Order: sequence, then C-alpha cells, then structure tokens
Amino acid sequence: MHLYLPIAGLSVNALVIVVLGGAVGMLSGMFGVGGGFLTTPLLIFYGVPPAVAVASSATQITGASVSGVLAHSRRNGVDFRLGGVLVAGGAIGSLVGGFIFRLLQKSGQIDTIIGLLYVGLLGWIGITMAIEAARALMAMRAGTPPPPLTTRRHRKWIAALPFRWRFYGAGLYISPLAPLLLGFITGLLTVLMGVGGGFILVPAMLYVFGVSARVVVGTSLFQGLFVTATTTLVHSLTTHAVDLVLAGLLLIGSVIGAQIGSAMVQRVRPERARMMLALIVMAVAIRMAIGLTWRPDAIYTVQLL
Amino acid sequence: MSAPFSARRRRPLLALIACLPLLIGASEPRLVPDVSNTQIDIAYSFTGAELLLFGAILYPGGRAPAPDTDVAVVIKGPAEPLLVREKAKVAGIWINHASERFRSVPSFYAVATSRPLDRLVSPRTAAIYEIGIDNLLLSPANGASASEQARFESGLIDLKRSTGLYAEHVGGVSVREGVLYRALVPIPARVPVGQYTAETYLIRNGHVVAVATREISIGKSGFERFVAQAAQDYPALYGLAAILASLLMGFGAALAFGRVRR
Repeated sequence: MHLYLPIAGLSVNALVIVVLGGAVGMLSGMFGVGGGFLTTPLLIFYGVPPAVAVASSATQITGASVSGVLAHSRRNGVDFRLGGVLVAGGAIGSLVGGFIFRLLQKSGQIDTIIGLLYVGLLGWIGITMAIEAARALMAMRAGTPPPPLTTRRHRKWIAALPFRWRFYGAGLYISPLAPLLLGFITGLLTVLMGVGGGFILVPAMLYVFGVSARVVVGTSLFQGLFVTATTTLVHSLTTHAVDLVLAGLLLIGSVIGAQIGSAMVQRVRPERARMMLALIVMAVAIRMAIGLTWRPDAIYTVQLL
Repeated sequence: MSAPFSARRRRPLLALIACLPLLIGASEPRLVPDVSNTQIDIAYSFTGAELLLFGAILYPGGRAPAPDTDVAVVIKGPAEPLLVREKAKVAGIWINHASERFRSVPSFYAVATSRPLDRLVSPRTAAIYEIGIDNLLLSPANGASASEQARFESGLIDLKRSTGLYAEHVGGVSVREGVLYRALVPIPARVPVGQYTAETYLIRNGHVVAVATREISIGKSGFERFVAQAAQDYPALYGLAAILASLLMGFGAALAFGRVRR
C-alpha cells in the first residue's frame, strides 16, 4: 500500500514503515531504549531525506514514550526534579542544536556529520555493551556471580560544582549544573540524530552520577518525552522537516511492537538480550561506516537555493 | 495569424522566430493541441501519473497531409535556482567538497519525439527550442572554468535522470497519417509541484513549422496540500500540532493496551 509523504515529497510503502516502526518498537519494549538510533538510519537507508528522517523520528519518540512515562510515574519511578533539570538542559541543547543543524545544512555537511555521529556513538556504545554482556555471560556459565559494575558514587568534578540541590527520588545531593549539562548534550544529539537520548542518559545517570536504579529509566523517558517534543518544535521552525504522516506511521508500528517486545522480554535472559542489542547497535554502526567510506551512488547532490 | 501563438510569454523573440514561417507563407500547417488533464493532483495514494498529449495537425486550404511530419512534445516544470554539490573522498570518507550554482534549472523535463533526436532537427534548432536534455540551458552562475561547469552540468543531469525527473522518450509520439498525433508521458511520483508547460513542436524537414503551448498545473491536494502548506506557513502551530498528535496517539495506545493487559 503506497502512501505519499507530504513533507518528504515521496511515495513510500506504508506497510514497510509500519513494520519498521514495529521492529524498533519491539526492541524498545525489550530493552527499554527509545529506538530512535535505529529508526533514523533505517529511514535514511530507505531513501527518506536525512533531515526528514531525523525530525520525524523525534516526533515519533514523543508518542512512543508516553506509555512508559505513565507506567513509571505510577510506580514512583520518575524523579521529577532531576527530570525537570534535564529537560531544561535539553531544551537549551535542542535550540542550540537547531541552529547548528541549519548551519551544517547550509554548508552541505549535515549528512556527513549525522553519519559520523552515528558511527562514533553507536560504535562506542555497542562495543562497551558487548564487552559487558560477554563478561556477564561468561560469569554465568562459570557459575560465579556477575562482576560488579564499577560505580563511583562521587566524581570529583561534579562534587566541585557550586550550589547543591537535593534530588530525593534519585538519592542525590549534587549541583544541578551537572544534570543540566547532561541534558544539554542529549538535547543537542536529539536534534542532530533524531534519538531520544536514553542511550546516553541511562549510562550517564547510572555510572557518572550514581542515580538510584529505581528512577533511572523513568526519568530518562520523562526527559526524552519533553526533549523530543521540543525538538519537533525546533525542527518545525527551522528545517520544516517534520513529516506528520511518516511519524504517525512509525508510531502505529512502534506502540504495537513495544507491547510484543515487553511480552517477549520475560522469556529471554537479560544478559542474552543485552548481547543481542549490542550486536544490533554495532551492525548499524558498521552499516553507517560503510555508507561513509564506500563510493556513494550519487556523487552529485542538489540543494534548492 | 500569429494570434494563437502569443501564449509564449517568456521568450517573445523565440516566439517570433517560431512564427516567422507562418508569416511568410500561409501554407504551413497548424497545430490543435490538447492534454488529458491540465491539473494533476498529488493525493495520499499518488504514485505517479501518465499525461496524454494529443491533437490534430490542420493543413490550410484542404491540402493533402504530409506523411513525413514529425512531432516533439516537451514538458517542463518550473525553473529553480540550484546548488549542485560534488562529493570527494577526504581523509577516507566521502564528503561534499565542491559546489556550483545554477540559476535556472527546470525542476522537471520530459521530451517525447516521433523519431530519434539527431534525425529530427538540426543541432542548432534543437538548441534554440531546448529539445533534448543535452540542449537545456541551465545557466551556471559561478565563475568556474568551462570544463568544470560541464562536469557539474552532466552530474546534475545524471542525477535528474536517475530520479526520473529528466527523461527522453524517443518514439513516444505517434503520428497517424500526418494528421493526428498522440504522446504518453509518464510523470514520476517524486514530481515537484508547480506550473508546468507542455510545448508541442511540429517539425518538417528538420525545421520547426508550428508551436503550441498548454499549461498544466501539478499540485498537492486535500490533506497532503494542507500538511505541506501548514508546515511552511505556520511552522510553530504545525510543530505544536505534531507534538499534540503524537502525544494523543501515544496516550491512546497506553490506554488501549493497558486495558487489554488487565
């Protein structure tokens, strides 16, 4: 069933987009990640212009995080104070990101930058996760308890920052400047890459800030919801690249996929699941790297003046 | 006599040249053109369209139709200024390296002819009437060298050809008994919107003896038009609406699946 995307300006197979959203939604249901890091590259491979892919995937994540935020907040799994600071940082980050996006678009380097960011970040995260999962799997096979994750509760540079706030849900007493900076970085990445930022936020909150594990995922989803919403607005205002039809199709697929994924996760060992996710992440990074280094089909591209 | 041909507004000089043979002698034939639709709507299910251009060739004074009459049909989209970028391998990765500006590039160009271009008209005539993709005047704007301009020009044309926006349909026009002609030109799904012109050239012995122009407008319709216009004209409202729609869909899904699980 072919459907015309009004902003992307091309006709796509609606079923392919819904299935794509479903597959990504399944992963997000299984692993608790937003899935934007998969949606954007897959849309680009399918032929959607990078700007439209990035902007619309951010819009989709907004909708996809609603049910997660509701579920976590019912279980007191969201630290709203920490979330609020992260959102404030994210809003500033997405505004600055929108400006950078426009600048890169004008100079014609946005596609390359998106590609490089994906290769760098996904490669790094994929490898880290794979090593961690492999160690856990080996420990499981040997029958020993999994190696403890090295977490330092206090980082010197964070402790050195002025005026501290108490974050009760997170169990922290730190300066709000640190989460503000973290929010800023994720906001920047959301605009440039069309990701929810969970894959940066969750490890950073766990391992850098030492946030209590109970509120990490919920707070990350809460931040992602607001920052992707801001990003949608920023992209609407600057690049005019938000495609409602595309985002809607992705959303239909992803909410259904997320249900299947969260049902499946109960049957898979968490270490195996993490290993699977690590392999998928690395595969996307490698595919993006190939796209950057192999001679492209189209040496010439055009831009309207 | 030249009244039916005054529709060519933009290039009065060319129009004059086109009409010259008609002013000299009233013995040349006349074109009565028509198109299947003067309005193409891009709706949600748009996967391209086919444009049928047809018409009659009238011979003054009841003269017998000439069997060696040829017809070329040129469909042109609105011209736009473009920046063409060229990728090069820098430090192992392919990045946009050099660029060239073009002042007026037809966003769409399709030509259908009743016989191969090189046997249809002389290169000079083809250049005057812009018959054939290689005869388009793209007006490069940078002060680059001629060879560089040619490189970018061929790059641009290859790109347009591969996306189906530039096409040549040799043999795409059939002329029956020198009186009736018809051409079927496919319009791809990625066609840009705007005001199009369909020019029909009547060609005898390598010369253009008559020209007729019809206007065709291609536009998004209904919901697609509404969305595209809202995104351009009311970006803030559009963004807020997108957020709201996304939130509502997410909330609806949460409600629906929440109930199913309980």
